[in-house]
Amino acid sequence: MAAVLTRDIVKKFNEVAAVDGISLRVPDGEFMVLLGPSGCGKTTFLRIICGLEQQTSGDLLIGGNIVNEIPPRARGVAMMFQSYGLYPHYTVRNNIAFPLRTQRVPREEIAKKVEWASQLLGIDHLLDRRPRQLSGGERQRVALARALVREPTALLLDEPLSNLDAKLRTSARQEIRNFQQRVGLTTIYVTHDQVEAMGMGDRIAVIDHGRVRQVGTPPEIYENPADLFVATFVGAPPMNIVSRNGGGYLGFRPENFLPRDMIEDGGATEFSFRVDRSEYLGSERIVYGVMEGFDSKQPITAKLPPAHVAEDSIRPGEWHPFAVKNSALRHFDTSGNRTTSH
Amino acid sequence: MSAIAEPVVKPTSRFHFIFDRRAVLETVLIAPAIIYVLLLVGLPLLLAIYYSLSAYTIYDPTWKFVGLANFKQILQNPTFLDTLRNTFVFTFGSQLLGLVLGKFGAFLLLQPFPGRKIVRALIILPFAVPVALATIAWQWMFDSLYSVINWTMIAAGILTREEAPNWLGNPYLAMLCIIIINAWRFFPFAIVIFLAGITAVPQDVIDAATVDGAGFWRRNYQIILPMILPIMAIGLIFGIVFTFTDLSIVFLLTMGGPGGATSVLGFAGFQTGIVSGDVAHGAAISLFMLPVLLVVVIFMLRFIRRREI
Amino acid sequence: MPRPAARALRETGFYFGVAFFVILAAFPFYWMVITAFKQNSDLYDVTNIPFWFNEPPTLEHIKYLFEETLFARWLLNSLIIGLCVTAITLVTAVPAGYSLARMTSRKGEALGITIFLTYLVPPTLLFLPLSRIIAELGLQNSMWALVLVYPTFTIPFCSWLLMGFFKALPIEIEEAAIVDGCSLFGAFIKMAIPLSIPAILTVVIFTFTLTLQEFVYALTFVSSSDQKPITLGVTTDLIRGDVFFWGEIMAGALIAAIPVAIAYNLFLDRFIAGITGGAVK
Ligand SMILES: Nc1ncnc2c1ncn2[C@@H]1O[C@H](COP(=O)(O)OP(=O)(O)O)[C@@H](O)[C@H]1O
Ligand SMILES: [Mg+2]
Repeated sequence: MAAVLTRDIVKKFNEVAAVDGISLRVPDGEFMVLLGPSGCGKTTFLRIICGLEQQTSGDLLIGGNIVNEIPPRARGVAMMFQSYGLYPHYTVRNNIAFPLRTQRVPREEIAKKVEWASQLLGIDHLLDRRPRQLSGGERQRVALARALVREPTALLLDEPLSNLDAKLRTSARQEIRNFQQRVGLTTIYVTHDQVEAMGMGDRIAVIDHGRVRQVGTPPEIYENPADLFVATFVGAPPMNIVSRNGGGYLGFRPENFLPRDMIEDGGATEFSFRVDRSEYLGSERIVYGVMEGFDSKQPITAKLPPAHVAEDSIRPGEWHPFAVKNSALRHFDTSGNRTTSH
Repeated sequence: MSAIAEPVVKPTSRFHFIFDRRAVLETVLIAPAIIYVLLLVGLPLLLAIYYSLSAYTIYDPTWKFVGLANFKQILQNPTFLDTLRNTFVFTFGSQLLGLVLGKFGAFLLLQPFPGRKIVRALIILPFAVPVALATIAWQWMFDSLYSVINWTMIAAGILTREEAPNWLGNPYLAMLCIIIINAWRFFPFAIVIFLAGITAVPQDVIDAATVDGAGFWRRNYQIILPMILPIMAIGLIFGIVFTFTDLSIVFLLTMGGPGGATSVLGFAGFQTGIVSGDVAHGAAISLFMLPVLLVVVIFMLRFIRRREI
Repeated sequence: MPRPAARALRETGFYFGVAFFVILAAFPFYWMVITAFKQNSDLYDVTNIPFWFNEPPTLEHIKYLFEETLFARWLLNSLIIGLCVTAITLVTAVPAGYSLARMTSRKGEALGITIFLTYLVPPTLLFLPLSRIIAELGLQNSMWALVLVYPTFTIPFCSWLLMGFFKALPIEIEEAAIVDGCSLFGAFIKMAIPLSIPAILTVVIFTFTLTLQEFVYALTFVSSSDQKPITLGVTTDLIRGDVFFWGEIMAGALIAAIPVAIAYNLFLDRFIAGITGGAVK
């Protein structure tokens, strides 16, 4: 296992930059999630790391060595593809053994390692089947076993859960995380799903238009978004952003935007909020509306706790006093970057 | 840990392998095919052009350049003009007949009915069987004495034995014969091409048209036909190219006769260039195919380009 | 709702149409079969009804073919030519088709179209220069000339056909293999080739049938009887002076045609997909 480091990686397709200068440090054993909307260059970046694409410029270091010119097979990186890329003409056993065979590992050792990997993922009863005889979840485990078996320098996963149905996804998320922690493998996990990112990552790198917008732990990303893009991309519903008089923007999370009387005293800012519409979601109520004296492109949202759901005190069409704790207010300058002091 | 990172440390030189570059590997993989085709299609094509501009015969292999003299001589020869006309009559006559037969055949084969698979297999036969063998069977059917076609017509009382036509001995009938054989050979191809096109039209498009009130003919000519036009064009290109340049049917059936009535470009080129050994004039005759081929090629290239938009 | 009478009429018309096409397409082959097994006395008697056997069928024509003519030799020649051409075609067209399919640039597409277009260059345009080239190589009047020349149309055709098949192969499988330690070439050998065995089989069949169908080059380059492939032998060698041995000719044609007809019927759909190059997709 090894750390992965990229220095200002750029990849252009016909003069259009898909990856536009990504510098990222993934320490040994970390689970790093790359989060970004579809088309932002996540897949391209992963493919550069494993060597399937050659970067236009920039350096890639694995385990401290520059590997720019090294072909994929010598990088020792494993990748799990979105649709798994299992070898249809091989049995599960041979699928898992394949990476070892290419490295001319002795036969007995291959058998041992295949057994180890398949037990780790609980697929040892499937070894003689072919990929098309497996369910989606089983395929995913086979792909993981195949990626693991040769103890790669790093594991790359490209939206590995997107082919699973919603139920399986939750358990698969858990499983991947568990075994990654057990093996301590440097992992780069690509997704456009912020729930996956928040739930799994040691750290998250938020990417947009081929650039890293912010790198941080999930709480850092959520609490202290570096700019408006991160603020509005992470969180559902996203952070409310309003223009501030005198330039710049003010941001606050919907769950921090509460009726005035719900906030204990001590440093809160009051707003007058008119509710236009509300959605009852069982565990919470989301209300949409406008704030007096502030411009916003999106409707302002507030996420109200269950206590308020029953009371039904927030009626549409009326102005209500709302407030946000000062500690929960985030300030952004005119170009969208967060200003720390205020 | 370090043992695993190890492969990354050493291999820079060992793994730095030229075939790991996609462009290099792609070139290497395609090179044999390209070289083969360049040497045995490209080079001969250039040679053919050169021969046609030279005075080359197998008895006097010279590279003497004579410009367009061969072409001038050929064009002044009335027999050649007949050959050129025959080639066009043969090509378009048989393609038209083949298309009509193909369209009707496809229409029939589109309906489900018991035994359709077997019927399809039988209808494919003319296209599947080597054209030379099929032609020889037709020759036997057109035999001056034992023609089964004549026998049937006589037996049916349409003709008397004295009126029975000599199919391959009459200039017009001989042309008709080669047209029929070629149309017969290509109509199964037209059928499959039609079928491939029609089955590729998404059923929901047809359904949508039906819902929108399009009747049978409108569906056929305003929805389906435009959609299968590309595939039909490709089929037609094949038909035209291989008919326009054909030699086997004429060679086996009529030898260009009677009296040159069925002589076509391919046959004339063969007679002049190979049989008589006048390579220069033979090449010049064959080269008259090139303009037609070029038109077809340009048509196809434009066509494929349009498809991508 | 059409009335029952109208429906019956339509159905009758339909089956008449089908019958017409079947007779049109298959009668010449029926005629081959009948002729091949008829006794000569039956064959050449115009007072007999020609459509069936008026005297008991006979194997004498087939016997004659194998015993008194070079028919067996022609069969063997065709087999050798077919096998050699297939080998040459596979070795060149499989890599070429793969390369064309995986080339990402527009150059690859242009190259693919060019290769395919060479398939349309007709033998009657090339036979004169090719016969000189063959003479230079000392292959005149030998079936090896055909082994050399036939790949000029099988390679373009099969490269095109294979390009389509390789394009349909998910590239992820090869990429997984590359990341798992294969070289690019290794991924081609270990993944792309085993996964396209059906396509390669199609190519084998079509190469073989294309060589069996070819007539013009064979006619041009081979004149000694013992070097002829079967189509040429049957159509040109069984005629003594002006006398056609129809029974033998039809028997020979039948034997040569049967395998090709079967192969075509089995692989027709792939063939059509190949030449139309997915034009309707
Ligand atoms: N091979 C390629 N050729 C041209 N453009 C590409 C290629 N691969 C990706 N792109 C473009 O690069 C951008 C990033 O793509 P990708 O890395 O797949 O995004 P993501 O995985 O984040 O959805 C997209 O706009 C895509 O169209
Ligand atoms: Mg992606």
